Amino acid sequence: MRAALSPMRGVVLAVVLAGLVALPFFISDYRAFQFTQAIVYAIVLLGLNILTGYNGQISLGHGAFYAIGAYTAAILMDQAGVPYWATLPAAGLVCFVFGFLFGLPALRLQGHYLALATFALAVATPQVLKYKRFEEWTGGVQGIVIIKPDPPEWLAGWITVSQDQWLYFFSLAVALLLFLLAWNLLRGRAGRALVALRDHPIAAEAMGVNGPLTKSLAFGVSALYTGVGGALGAIAVQFVAPDSFTAFLSISFVVGIVVGGIATLSGAIYGALFIQFVPNFADQISKAAPWAIYGLVLLVFIYAMPGGVAWMLHYLGTRLRGRR
Amino acid sequence: MTALLEVKALHAGYGPVDVLHGVEFAVREGGITTVLGANGAGKTTLLRAVCGLIRRKGHVRFGGEPIETRVTEEIVRLGLAHVPDGRGTFTMLTTEENLRVGAITRRDRKAVQQDMDRMFGYFPRLAERHAQQAGTLSGGEQQMLAIARALMLRPRLLVLDEPSFGLAPLVVKDIFAIMRRVNEQEKVSILLVEQNASLALGLADTAYLLETGRVVLSGSAAQVRDDPTVRKIYLGY
Amino acid sequence: MEAFLHQLLSGLATGGIYAGLALALVMIYQSTHHINFAQGEMAMFSTYLAWTMVDAGLPYWVAFAGTVVLSFVLGVIIERVVVRPVEHAPVLSVVIVFIALLVILNSVAGWIYSYTIKTFPSPFDWEALRNPYLSPHEIGTVAVTTLVLLALYAFFRFTSLGLAMRAAAQNPVSSRLAGIRVGWMLALGWGLAAAIGAIAGMMIAPLVYLDPNMMSGIMLYAFAGALLGGIDNPIGAVVGGFVVGVVENLAGAYVVGTELKLTVALVLIIGVLLFKPSGLFGRRYVTRV
Repeated sequence: MRAALSPMRGVVLAVVLAGLVALPFFISDYRAFQFTQAIVYAIVLLGLNILTGYNGQISLGHGAFYAIGAYTAAILMDQAGVPYWATLPAAGLVCFVFGFLFGLPALRLQGHYLALATFALAVATPQVLKYKRFEEWTGGVQGIVIIKPDPPEWLAGWITVSQDQWLYFFSLAVALLLFLLAWNLLRGRAGRALVALRDHPIAAEAMGVNGPLTKSLAFGVSALYTGVGGALGAIAVQFVAPDSFTAFLSISFVVGIVVGGIATLSGAIYGALFIQFVPNFADQISKAAPWAIYGLVLLVFIYAMPGGVAWMLHYLGTRLRGRR
Repeated sequence: MTALLEVKALHAGYGPVDVLHGVEFAVREGGITTVLGANGAGKTTLLRAVCGLIRRKGHVRFGGEPIETRVTEEIVRLGLAHVPDGRGTFTMLTTEENLRVGAITRRDRKAVQQDMDRMFGYFPRLAERHAQQAGTLSGGEQQMLAIARALMLRPRLLVLDEPSFGLAPLVVKDIFAIMRRVNEQEKVSILLVEQNASLALGLADTAYLLETGRVVLSGSAAQVRDDPTVRKIYLGY
Repeated sequence: MEAFLHQLLSGLATGGIYAGLALALVMIYQSTHHINFAQGEMAMFSTYLAWTMVDAGLPYWVAFAGTVVLSFVLGVIIERVVVRPVEHAPVLSVVIVFIALLVILNSVAGWIYSYTIKTFPSPFDWEALRNPYLSPHEIGTVAVTTLVLLALYAFFRFTSLGLAMRAAAQNPVSSRLAGIRVGWMLALGWGLAAAIGAIAGMMIAPLVYLDPNMMSGIMLYAFAGALLGGIDNPIGAVVGGFVVGVVENLAGAYVVGTELKLTVALVLIIGVLLFKPSGLFGRRYVTRV
């Protein structure tokens, strides 16, 4: 975890940011939609990383929180007429509560057991979403269709942007805000507490860190991020349905943080790009290819590059600068 | 004097830290050698290094064969049985199964059965508890079981790490008597690491004194026992 | 009453399959303290291998035997090549390796065999077995599972190799000191687990139809069964599997309806993990200093 922002890094960030803002004007609407989806994944991966990377609590079930966020947004928009942007905090709050509540019993579980419990959650999620008793809310197997939001009027006065472009900017803004919050959180006491609990739980608690509260809060915050991502994702894709949220979704999130780099902020971005775009290419080879690639990539990264892309870039960066 | 076990310039340790700094000693064929030393001297490390359980560097010859690069399983199959500190009991197996495991690399089934009967002869308390879960045995019984299990290998060399640890004096006396018997009757050589110096020197014919990873004194047991420093620090008189 | 009996017996039949899979899980957990998340996909893949053989014209039992042997070998290879490198790595790495295995097996099966469901034959379609409570296949399943479980019990209890494997699983250091090649014992354990999984897969396929995703729900029940019985207790795992089979069927028929059966498994898993993580028959370790 790097501490303050060096001027060099600040310049790089500014350039990247400018590029991100300019991007939609140079690509098709469909591509803009894809990048929006990547931004959504980046938010989700950030959330998962907080829990699994920084705090060491393995979750194979974050697809469930993504689904909760997505359905919260869909139900609010479809049945309560809530404007799309207001569903985000709602989804975040609902997921925070669910996450925190799940985190409480999860305190008793470690390693494989926690992985198993979250995996069970992931596998059971589609079935719960299809349950007949909930159908009037969830729309059952068919799900819920959402109307794509229009760009706001104050912007329409300035420049014309398409719906997809607007969604991209909106997501980008949300993501930047969330990244900033996470960056601030992780480099402060909270961040150190998370990592201390992961690496040396007994020592951490002996030094005054409230283990149970911190760990449950980590779950809650992680779920919050994932839920906001889910809501954004639902709005971008314009519908929610149970079969979009299978166990494989949870697994792809894990692939994302491993490839991107566990316990890094930038890793969320690299991982998101990976899980958004690789399947698109791989799909052209065969329907099964994306997951075979995911599996192989996972193995390669675990054996050879456990720090992920973020670590590799950092390492290359230090080599280039002549340090060792 | 043929040396069954010869160790020269042995360096070993855990992680980046060396605990042994060039240790040299030998066990005579048919003899009983003891390595003494205080806590932290490196005695357990020494035994683990010889058996290949930890990283080591140097020269170790067993029955003339170099074993410093071999893995534990192969060293054991050459006839070296190690009774570790803490006894290493298979707590979930029965007493009898523990003994069977000791002989698991042997092919001669009839002889294994005979050996098992002989072990029960040496240790009648084990015979009484032969179908009991080994984790329920007392400390002394587990120590006997550990030795019996090692003997089931029909080893050439029996290596023991602090067999007296945590045991009542009477039990220890029994165990040491059996070790002498095994050495005399079955010609099993013994390498014994002990904190209890007087006991060890009573049994052994050769002794080494280990201090912070180096051999500082060696000789016959009688010589070492009469050494004034040993008498003061380790024997208490 | 007849319907209840049918549900109960049916539950026992599927419970036998869960028991087999739970046993495979426990075998791997006992020796490595890892939960093999890929167990289900390994079983699914083996079943596809069997299907290929049957499709090519081989008689059922020849394909059955061939699949069991092949699966054993594959299990050994997976342990030596995929699992060995991460033996001592942090838990997260190991979990991810298992997930990777799950994903690769699933997609390769989908790639080779496509995702359209296939029927898998049952060798038990005999007139003599027809009765109002259990289908002939369910009876055959119970018979096969019982045989397998008995054979395994005998292997571990009465043979030298079985003893060596038990010793290696319980106490690797002491086992090495007895000359046991612990690494190979682990590989054999994986081979056996894979073979058991293959048998379970071939028994369940005629009931649920063969497709790459057929094992995901089943594995959840197997996990529940293994946890319920005590993740490091083989007999407990078997009992746990049967219990879960019966509970799943009864709950599905009388309480929550078939749609929420998986949720029952989820609740069971979380419940056991929270309130009695060592399971109903969890071992009480007795050790003296």
